[in-house]
Amino acid sequence: MNLSKQQTFSRRSFLKTSALASGGMLISFNLFTACKSDVKPPVDISQLNFNDFNAFIKISDEGKVTIFSPNPEIGQGVKTSMPMLIAEELDVPWEDVYVQQAVLDTENYTRQLAGGSQSIRLGWEPLRQTGATAKQMLVNAAAAKWGISPSECKASQGIITNPKGETLGYGDVVKEAALLDVPGEVTLKDPKDFTIVGKNTSNVDIDKIITGKPLFGLDYKEEGMVYASVLRPPAFGQILESFDDTAARALSGVIDVIVIGEKARIHLEGEKKNWTAQLSKSDKVVVIAKTTWDAIKGKKAIKAVWKNDSELESTESHDKILLDLLNGEKFDTRRKDGNVKKAFANADKILERVYESPFLPHNCMEPMNFFANITPEKVHLVGPIQSPEDAAKVVSDMLDRKLEDIHIEMTRIGGGFGRRLYGDFIYETAEIANKIKKPVKMVSTREDDMTTGIYRPAIKYKIAASIKDGKLTGYHLKEAAVNINMYGLIPNFFPAAALENYQVDTANYKSNITTGAWRAPYTNFLASAEQSFFDELAELLEVDRVQMHLDLLENVKSNPEPNIEYSPERLQGVIKLVVDKSNWGKTGPDVYQGFSVYYCHNTHVAEVADITMENGNPVIKKVTCAVDCGIVVNPLGALNQVRGGIIDGIGHSMYGELTFNNGVPQSNNFNSFQLIRMGQTPPEIDVHFVENDIAPTGLGEPTLPPVGAAVANAIYKATGKRLTKQPYINNMDLEKVVG
Amino acid sequence: MATFNLKINNKKHTVEADADTPLLWVLRDHIDLVGTKYGCGIGQCGACTVHVDGNAMRSCLLPVSQAEDMSITTIEGLSEDGNHPVQQAWKEIDVPQCGYCQSGQIMTASAFLNQNSNPTNSEIRDAMHGNICRCASYNSIEKAVKVAADKIS
Repeated sequence: MNLSKQQTFSRRSFLKTSALASGGMLISFNLFTACKSDVKPPVDISQLNFNDFNAFIKISDEGKVTIFSPNPEIGQGVKTSMPMLIAEELDVPWEDVYVQQAVLDTENYTRQLAGGSQSIRLGWEPLRQTGATAKQMLVNAAAAKWGISPSECKASQGIITNPKGETLGYGDVVKEAALLDVPGEVTLKDPKDFTIVGKNTSNVDIDKIITGKPLFGLDYKEEGMVYASVLRPPAFGQILESFDDTAARALSGVIDVIVIGEKARIHLEGEKKNWTAQLSKSDKVVVIAKTTWDAIKGKKAIKAVWKNDSELESTESHDKILLDLLNGEKFDTRRKDGNVKKAFANADKILERVYESPFLPHNCMEPMNFFANITPEKVHLVGPIQSPEDAAKVVSDMLDRKLEDIHIEMTRIGGGFGRRLYGDFIYETAEIANKIKKPVKMVSTREDDMTTGIYRPAIKYKIAASIKDGKLTGYHLKEAAVNINMYGLIPNFFPAAALENYQVDTANYKSNITTGAWRAPYTNFLASAEQSFFDELAELLEVDRVQMHLDLLENVKSNPEPNIEYSPERLQGVIKLVVDKSNWGKTGPDVYQGFSVYYCHNTHVAEVADITMENGNPVIKKVTCAVDCGIVVNPLGALNQVRGGIIDGIGHSMYGELTFNNGVPQSNNFNSFQLIRMGQTPPEIDVHFVENDIAPTGLGEPTLPPVGAAVANAIYKATGKRLTKQPYINNMDLEKVVG
Repeated sequence: MATFNLKINNKKHTVEADADTPLLWVLRDHIDLVGTKYGCGIGQCGACTVHVDGNAMRSCLLPVSQAEDMSITTIEGLSEDGNHPVQQAWKEIDVPQCGYCQSGQIMTASAFLNQNSNPTNSEIRDAMHGNICRCASYNSIEKAVKVAADKIS
């Protein structure tokens, strides 16, 4: 959508204003009702209270503005960028804005969630509309005071001016404004008039972060709080048989040892089973202690006996099963254009390759933890969660409590990456608190976190292309995944619609290992596979790999197809930009370049990796990245997201791997799982944003997927070796350095 | 359980804890200094880095029984108002993403610059290699250390 022209909005059912007893005005809005034009207010607007809205603006008598940011902050920067959108249209100096995390509204709304890089895309219009509405009400109040028409007033930077040059601050008119009707229609700014959007804006929590103030779930405390450490089955497929807690109880810091699991099973076996409840059905032993260390020590002292409940799976068997699926016939066809079978039968050349990826843990720096205090009046939960709304529903079902009794507060989150979409740690904590009737903090150790995760599952792809008379005639992608296959939009990503004969098939194997979303689900490896394949394909066709992509996208432009997700023009745009900025093909003989382009999460990205060989080893010197995410709301935050995604992508495609033996994860801490570190980070990540006025899309995920192939393609140029199996380090005859 | 006398951020603290309790958990649970973070518990990630007699140390590996008679500085005590050159550089560059590892990064960088206020790029990379940032803010960390070095020298 082009926003170069001013737009007007008339949806106001998501807004309500009220005068504050303490002075000032509170504008309450329901962000996610506002996103959907057809949603009716859940209750009579006049009856709404604090709990019915999930975001607020408070304007004090002094003109200071507090914006309550609705979505969980996991490091993606929305606690800064979402309030920026409100402040822009409210037209106040950013220095006068204070941002605070809002609590969860448990009852009526959807998508108070961090996931899928969607917060900015979905918040773009409603957040600006909210700011503009508040500004209009302040102007209306000032105009009434002066006895003139609002259209004669101007408002900017928190000050309203009349034709005589007299001024009133926002704070001077908030009391009157709060009593006015919400205007039916407001005008949004032309992007060229933006003063906050598009400006480098520091993380709103920066001062607290650099001085070590309590911010994260692990930092939250309440009077009388005890600590809990949970002993879970050591292997997927095992459940608790018996345990001896004598030694644990003898420790001075241990208060109690309890068993949980019953409430989790009630939910797992019930009708309201929620997708966030990835829980073991086993009983678990919980040590309640005076401090975290006492709880950890107590857990180590428990002697537990486990019994096998289902198959104990291993990586070796996963590999065989997934390859057998790829070579078999049992597929669901997810998209089919033309006739791939015929194209392959008529081909004079076929290229077919298999690409393989391992399980990955999320390894958020802040290990899973949560606080709970359960009383007859309420269920109070505090901590890091990406999906608070679903968590509230599950806790309500598990504990048979009314949904309105469940109060969730979101802390700043020490990394999400998808892990905290799943609420297993909240559900355990709620069950513990329900049993011990005390405020309690459950803390996972790093070992707990890595070995009882909700992993990125192992996935393998077989990609085949048919060539006739030197031309690409067909493309057939097959996926074999553990547990769940690619989501429904992916078959419509590039190269869908670029080829007459195109087919995407999927097959899966149900494992007892818990799996889920991991930063850029599916595409985080699929892009590596497809863009490595295209590199090899271009070589076989003896065409320039960049030109091949531009030509394929030209096909899409000349045969418009409504069911594709990406824009061929925008993909061509990022390709041309990255070619220009990376000096593609013009570097010296010692620099080997790899190219990759991908669309996902509504954002278009192209990347070029530069590699040199040092002592026989490839070293990544630079990654050039071109991004089209529309308007860049906060360039400083955007740069952090783009760079972080690229380095995360390099790290996991090069080094990341979690294997299983008889159901037991074979890495349990950072001495046996290699995360990328400073020394392996390319010294330069050169980022270029396409400049346009298109409504913005997210950046938390889309720069990660393409980089694996950019690196693999550069390594191929440098070494002549095609890398098809991640982690690449295992196939490079290099020593794996861990820690 | 025993009694230990600690000197943290120039203040004396007396704590009752098991002798094997890592300084990390004494700071966090006993003294309410939660800026020092738990990341791995085995000295691999650097999130728990504090200064002990001026040197960067992993507080998860230092038992409280060995921390007596030492001068311990945590992120909360690095400066009065967050105005240490390293903190200021972190703010100028806007280093943090999730922010969880950053107090450990800042403590490592400040101890390093204390010993080498004019480091080369590769010295900075070596010094910071032991601190994991899962959001991968490494380029910004590298730049912020350089900015801090300029402020100090």
